[in-house]
Amino acid sequence: MKIQVRYFASVREQLGAGEQVTLPEPAEHLTDESTPQTVGQLREWLARQSPVHATALHAAKGLRMAFNQTLCSADQPLADGAEVAFFPPVTGG
Amino acid sequence: MASSDITEGASNGDRSFESALSCVRVGPDDFDLSTEVAALRAGEPGVGAVVSFVGTVREWRGDQADAAMPSTLELEHYPGMTERSIAQLIVKAWQRFDVRGVRVIHRVGPLAVSDQIVLVAVTSAHRTQAFQCAEFLMDWLKTQAPFWKKESAGGEGRWVDARTADDDAAARWGHVAPANAVGTALAPKA
Repeated sequence: MKIQVRYFASVREQLGAGEQVTLPEPAEHLTDESTPQTVGQLREWLARQSPVHATALHAAKGLRMAFNQTLCSADQPLADGAEVAFFPPVTGG
Repeated sequence: MASSDITEGASNGDRSFESALSCVRVGPDDFDLSTEVAALRAGEPGVGAVVSFVGTVREWRGDQADAAMPSTLELEHYPGMTERSIAQLIVKAWQRFDVRGVRVIHRVGPLAVSDQIVLVAVTSAHRTQAFQCAEFLMDWLKTQAPFWKKESAGGEGRWVDARTADDDAAARWGHVAPANAVGTALAPKA
């Protein structure tokens, strides 16, 4: 399953604008831990990729998530080809 | 081809998502309030009220109160999602308020103190609906549209923190959307 990941604001400054990730296909012997199936699990999977990822994605001030350009919660299921974004709380206006 | 969903007593316009999207402009260019309001009013003899809000860049001096350096603001956004999220707010506003024209402009990129950042303009037959709709749009834009402000002054920069006061302002409209500033609704369960 391929996911286009995008980062914004302080998260982007640490991780770059984004990355294309290929997740292992779910297999029966694998648990949710090893194969992310939700946006929240993808966040944890990404956080394990490097110490910088862990720092940026575990920032204290409530990371926000979007699935295909709509705000979503951590239990939003992933889908092949989806665009998933992680960013801090918004401050426009 | 525009699907039209005409609400009797409200505007006789197209109330689709695509129509809402055409009310939104996001980009680096400045705007002129008079021009935007004139465009909203053109050919609309039923308009009896125009309410507009313009947000501007406030001075920021970092931690040094007497720093002489002018402060600047950089506005980042999520192209695509930004326009979509504002259009979704406009569709909600159309369902809720008896308004005619709506215009939302939000600038991005580098801005200086006193520059215009955001415009919300609404027309309606009577003032109450226009006042409320403009406030509703601003309150929700501030907590739902993916913009981020970074302030710099004298070589010091910082990302602006989301304010719980903005969540409170949005919440008084009674919507059930996750809080932005400190809400845990979007935090992972683990």
